[in-house]
Amino acid sequence: MLGDLFTRRFRVLQADGESISPERYESLKHKIACLMAVVTLLPLLVMAVIIYAENQANTAREANNNQRALLDKNRATIDLFLAERASTVAFISEAYGFQELSDERNLGRIFQVMRKNFDGFVDLGLIDSKGRQVSYVGPYDLKGRDYSGQEWFARVQASGKYISDVFLGFRNQPHLVIAMRHVTESGESWILRATLDTRQFDSIISAMGLKPGSDAFLVNREGVLQTTSSLYGNVLKPCPLPLPPVSFEARVIPIVAPGGGELYLSYASLPNTDFMILSVRPRVGALTAWYNPRWDMLAIFVSGVAVIFFVVFRFTGFLLGRVRESEERRALAFRQVEHSQKLSSLGRLAAGVAHEINNPLAIINEKTGLMKDLLGLGEDFAEKARLVAQVEAVLGAVERCRGITHRMLGFARRMDVKIESLNLNEVVDETASLLSREAELHNVSLVMDLDPDLARIESDRGQLQQVILNFLNNALAAIADRGSINVKTWNQDPSHVGLSVADNGCGMSEETLKCIFEPFFTTKGVKGTGLGLSITYGIVKRLGGDISVKSRERSGTTFTIILPVAAPASAAMEARCS
Amino acid sequence: MTVNDWDILLVDDEEEFVQTLAERLNLRGLACRVAFDGESGLQMIEERVPDVVVLDMFMPGINGLDVLKLIRTRHPSVQVILLTGHEVDQDGMNAAKLGAFDSMTKPLSIDELTARMSEAVKAARS
Repeated sequence: MLGDLFTRRFRVLQADGESISPERYESLKHKIACLMAVVTLLPLLVMAVIIYAENQANTAREANNNQRALLDKNRATIDLFLAERASTVAFISEAYGFQELSDERNLGRIFQVMRKNFDGFVDLGLIDSKGRQVSYVGPYDLKGRDYSGQEWFARVQASGKYISDVFLGFRNQPHLVIAMRHVTESGESWILRATLDTRQFDSIISAMGLKPGSDAFLVNREGVLQTTSSLYGNVLKPCPLPLPPVSFEARVIPIVAPGGGELYLSYASLPNTDFMILSVRPRVGALTAWYNPRWDMLAIFVSGVAVIFFVVFRFTGFLLGRVRESEERRALAFRQVEHSQKLSSLGRLAAGVAHEINNPLAIINEKTGLMKDLLGLGEDFAEKARLVAQVEAVLGAVERCRGITHRMLGFARRMDVKIESLNLNEVVDETASLLSREAELHNVSLVMDLDPDLARIESDRGQLQQVILNFLNNALAAIADRGSINVKTWNQDPSHVGLSVADNGCGMSEETLKCIFEPFFTTKGVKGTGLGLSITYGIVKRLGGDISVKSRERSGTTFTIILPVAAPASAAMEARCS
Repeated sequence: MTVNDWDILLVDDEEEFVQTLAERLNLRGLACRVAFDGESGLQMIEERVPDVVVLDMFMPGINGLDVLKLIRTRHPSVQVILLTGHEVDQDGMNAAKLGAFDSMTKPLSIDELTARMSEAVKAARS
């Protein structure tokens, strides 16, 4: 299918004996250039897209891995923070009895040790099984408070251990409660309750070293902020982000921010609490490592494409230029061969016609000759002179016909070739003298500009005369009245001489110029045979020369021939044979 | 040497042409025999050997060049003037090789023909 498409699009290149027009070459150039560009650029483009996407994915993966690792580390830190403090409270509740703890001096001493070893503790209180705070150490006046109606009290009574969400409580300050219930062997129970300052979480989170535009915070399972978020509000405000599912393994998902914009959300649940740590990072920031070199890569890609286009177009242009030159040479050679074949065929035809006509012409000639003889021998009679004149006219017509058939035979190029060493200037002088009288009659001046140092050449005098005569005849025909014909000779190079015949006559159009060497092409109407310049062309070529013509309408025409100093081998051989 | 004693044979398949030519030559005092093809021409040569044979190159049957070849073989002294409908290099070359005295192209000039006949008769009798 691709082969068929190629054949259809580029069939203009198939040889058909006709030269290809410049417009078709231009179209072909564009087609080839486009094809080459597509074939070259398509894989490059596909590769670039794949690399672009793969690089982006890798960068995102790497950024997410980093974010996940950082989140995991901080999750562990917070978890450890809470676990240590919960263990401390649990240990104290186990290690001391109710009486010891209900003594506020003992409780204060224990609290001092706790605060010394663990940051974040705000206060410590002992609560009996009825929910009343028996003893309290801390900055608030909470001794005697009744917590029996609060939810956390019920939960710690039920499960024995409780770590609360962050809440305001009686003190109207965000804090978190760790409560441990102790039951003695006799079934008596009490609760040791400690509160933690949640600003400790802020310290841990700020130690993550978040990038600008990023944020990290804790939320509970209802999506309420447990720490202050720089992006989404203060503690205890609802987090506007969608709450991800519980996962104790750190994960990263792409989300769209409430105000628009793409984010990477990493999250992980804390095992001992209802907390979840969330971290958000703008996608753009996460892919900085990819975004920054992206423009460099794009610039390199565009430059590469531009270079490819430039090279493809220049190279295609160069190649097609060579093809075009070759095609033009081929077309020229084809036309020359065609022209030669046409001349050859016409030559054979002319020879046949001449032979067939010459025989009846010979009979007419002899019969008329006999009539003339008889008239000459016989006695005079009234109309004898008139009759002789008629016979002479017939003989004259026969002679004209003979001349025509001989010229046709000349066209057949079967005249003898006689190669001799000659001076072209002499041939020009001899030939010009034949037409000097006619030139005078037409008020045409023949200007001779002959190089006195012109090299002698080996050529055929008779045929050169025919060529020059033809040029001069055409020049005279082109000048209606008053004008000049300039005949010039020169040494073209050491092995060639040149001859030009220029007139300032009517000149020729472009269309005429294209056809003047074609047999039977004439601008002289019925007066011309259309063979003169064809014969001239044939003679010059046979003598190893070149012929050219320049002409402008109403300005004149110049015929130029370049002849070799040494006769070509073919002409010399022909001369020897004849 | 007068034209009256020239022995001329004209051989051409164009009867009108050759008879008229013979008549014109007769008017100039030349008695010519006439043959209309190669065979009868050769027969007439055998009957009496002429000084000059004016021979058309293209004839049906035995053509002029074959007749020329036989004349050269059998009667080397006979001079032949070849007539052609047109000038052909190759024919001229063949004629020269076969030993024709001269060749002329139709239509003929009677004066030119008699001039060449005169030279041919001289050559035949020398």
